[in-house]
Amino acid sequence: MQTKVENNKAWFLVLPVFIIVAFSAIIPLMTVVNYSVQDIFDQNTSYFVGAEWFKQVMLDSRLHDALIRQFLFSFTILLIEIPLGIGVALMMPTKGKSASLCLILVAIPLLIPWNVVGTIWQIFGREDIGLFGAFMGAIGVDYNYASDPVDAWSTVVLMDVWHWTPLVALLCYSGLRAIPEVYYQAARIDQASRWAVFRYIQLPKLTNVLIIGVLLRFMDSFMIYTEPFVLTGGGPGSSTTFLSQALVQQAIGQFDLGPAAAFSLVYFLIILLVCWVFYTTIMNMQKDK
Amino acid sequence: MAWMSWTLPTALFFIGIGVILVGMTAWQIASPCVERRGFLPLDTTRGDRLFIGLLSSAFIHLVFVALTDANLAVATVLCAIWMIILMRWG
Repeated sequence: MQTKVENNKAWFLVLPVFIIVAFSAIIPLMTVVNYSVQDIFDQNTSYFVGAEWFKQVMLDSRLHDALIRQFLFSFTILLIEIPLGIGVALMMPTKGKSASLCLILVAIPLLIPWNVVGTIWQIFGREDIGLFGAFMGAIGVDYNYASDPVDAWSTVVLMDVWHWTPLVALLCYSGLRAIPEVYYQAARIDQASRWAVFRYIQLPKLTNVLIIGVLLRFMDSFMIYTEPFVLTGGGPGSSTTFLSQALVQQAIGQFDLGPAAAFSLVYFLIILLVCWVFYTTIMNMQKDK
Repeated sequence: MAWMSWTLPTALFFIGIGVILVGMTAWQIASPCVERRGFLPLDTTRGDRLFIGLLSSAFIHLVFVALTDANLAVATVLCAIWMIILMRWG
């Protein structure tokens, strides 16, 4: 009888990754934990304050507002981007040169750097030199993203939808292409309607892709910084100040390293929790299959 | 290491986490665990329960800090009890 020999030497192959992650993530995170319990004046002057900064952060109404704004933003863009991405993927051609051309056109917004996206929309939305701003003015809408919070919000949401819906569309497109033709043949034999094909063939087959899409878009939108920073600078007032921007204002603008470190850790724990919930959901769904 | 601004409590915290991870690894080698379902609504391994316990303990500490002025050691004791319950029956 043969016995299975276990060999754990392959773990050494993971060692370089572990070392890189240690330097790029674990050691900085440990430093942030150290900062979060101290009042730091300079490199040689700091005082231990215990959990004081955590209490301050947990009771800070500005940060509560930023957190609510952040969740509101993430859920808004998910509600728009996911159905829109599916719709775009369903409408894209499946064969020939038009399919390749369409893929390239759809992917273009994804290739643009975040700060450039912010700048594009900053100009695009201006009434004097921007096409969108001028158009809104021409149809009689009093639109000004620099002074009106609703306009600022809608512009930030619109910008994110423009930038990231292609990602969802491309994911869905690849999911749709992976459905075998026999499913559609069976649907044709049963004279299934277009809606029935979508509801009972395409949507169930897209579930895994959509979970990945939701996870990616949620995490990315939850950490959004550059685009709203360039477009609105968090304003007017603080109406588009999201968590990462509030954090940067505290850490770099005010140089409050202790409270900013405590804030970072709370932010990190929220992201960790959401990631874990998504990861567990995905793993359990795969297990059920 | 001075640039990391170490303090005794944070050093003890990380040593504690390190000891737990080494201990869990040793435990896993000595007696490999099997996924099971306890009072949590999902199948979990020992490591899963440890992660859930540590994450929930962090949130318990945060809520405790936000809502009370009592000594944080009370929250730590509560979390230790929660961890034992979770690891044994979770």
